[in-house]
Amino acid sequence: MSQSGGVLSDALLVARKDLLLERRAKIGIGQVLPFAILVLLLFAFALDPDRGILKLATPGLFWVTVLFSAVLTLQRSFALEAEDGILEALRLSGMSPAGIYLGKVTALTIELLLLEAVLVLGVAVLYDTKFLGIPLLFVIAFLATLGIAGAGAVYGALAARLRSRETLLPLLLLPLLAPVLIAATRGSEVSLEREAISGWPWAALLGIFALVYLTLGSFLFRPLLEDA
Amino acid sequence: MTTTKIQSASTESPAPTGTGSRGTKVLGGFALVFLIVAVAYGLFISPPDAQLGNTIRIIYMHVPTVMAAYMAFIITAVSSGMYLWKRTEFWDLLGSSGAEIGVLFFAVTIVDGALWGKVTWGVFWRWEPRLTTSAVLLIMYIGYLAVRAIPADPRTRATRCAIIGIVAIVNVPIVHKAVDWWRGLHQGKTVLGTIDPEMGGTQLFAMYSALIAGLLVCVWLLIHRFRAGFLAERASDLGLDQALEERRLESSPATGEDA
Repeated sequence: MSQSGGVLSDALLVARKDLLLERRAKIGIGQVLPFAILVLLLFAFALDPDRGILKLATPGLFWVTVLFSAVLTLQRSFALEAEDGILEALRLSGMSPAGIYLGKVTALTIELLLLEAVLVLGVAVLYDTKFLGIPLLFVIAFLATLGIAGAGAVYGALAARLRSRETLLPLLLLPLLAPVLIAATRGSEVSLEREAISGWPWAALLGIFALVYLTLGSFLFRPLLEDA
Repeated sequence: MTTTKIQSASTESPAPTGTGSRGTKVLGGFALVFLIVAVAYGLFISPPDAQLGNTIRIIYMHVPTVMAAYMAFIITAVSSGMYLWKRTEFWDLLGSSGAEIGVLFFAVTIVDGALWGKVTWGVFWRWEPRLTTSAVLLIMYIGYLAVRAIPADPRTRATRCAIIGIVAIVNVPIVHKAVDWWRGLHQGKTVLGTIDPEMGGTQLFAMYSALIAGLLVCVWLLIHRFRAGFLAERASDLGLDQALEERRLESSPATGEDA
């Protein structure tokens, strides 16, 4: 069994395993990222080639794209675990469920942040966005991503062993992440100086969301691994 | 209206064949009385509101349905927590019954909210904080019911549902806050979904009798749904036992020949 204080080392172990798998399989770079850029292009086709609406809607479109990509990333991350009874193996390994959960969240957060970094470049080029409040934007992106990964890992693990997981995960996850979409979008608008108000309350809301879901996930992962 | 559905089941029978009992009949009777009073006062006796006019009569329905829905969701959340602790069928069934009844009342809330919107604003839907929050929460709980509907081992299904029940209720205040701020950080309270303290005598009476009627109907439906769920579980146990018995009968002569 894991010793006290083993939660963090378990988390690092799981995170390293996931990132190593991603580096070798390159699903994120090879499939999720092109999909995300494709969504940016589709929005342009659907809305406005003259960039007027696109420019106005950039933060919202960016975060919707991130959410869709997050669903794909989560499917991939937990499909890995569901195959060949790996979840059972993880459970029997004696690692703490909270450690496994935090490890999955860490790997997901890193993968999504890298995706967002490339997407920001895509938005800057395709939608002609200028970035102004850079520190706020960084904080908003980090906290929103942590929240998405924190809530997503719970539902990703829950849906992983269901045959209807591809349809079920978005249905479960996207309404849950509605406040993240609202807060991240509005916060990004502030940081792009579309709004004159302060953006930090949005960052605080995202922080609370992330904290709540990380706490909840750490506790719920044990019954989730054991029974669901 | 709904109380007419009470099934006649003898309360003394050892194996229940219906979902009604003497207790639910009494409860249903009270619910019916309050419904009649609420309809009489809400639609006919109370005067139109000074500001809202006759649309206040929609509010008499709107507030009880939303309160009943939240009550059902809180029951689901508490049951989910209790299930993870106690692991008994009772809490599992209570949780899923709460979610189902909650979704029903929430759907009604959104429909009557939209009707109120059509009269007051001229459109069915405005991105008003309460309506938006309701829509998001409704879909969240539809997700719960979707997971519930997936056939699985009862323990597995119950654990999945309990986790969703807890996660969903924790999200309720966050969705509220986010949606409130969404339309500008200084959004005031909206008329829809609040009881005006200035309300006069018969109006207040209509509102409170509707509220009591709504909560009673909710509890009444919840008890019946719980019992229906319980009977469905027993029926599936019975079906499994029968199937096992049939297999046993099929296989016994065959193994005899082989031997």
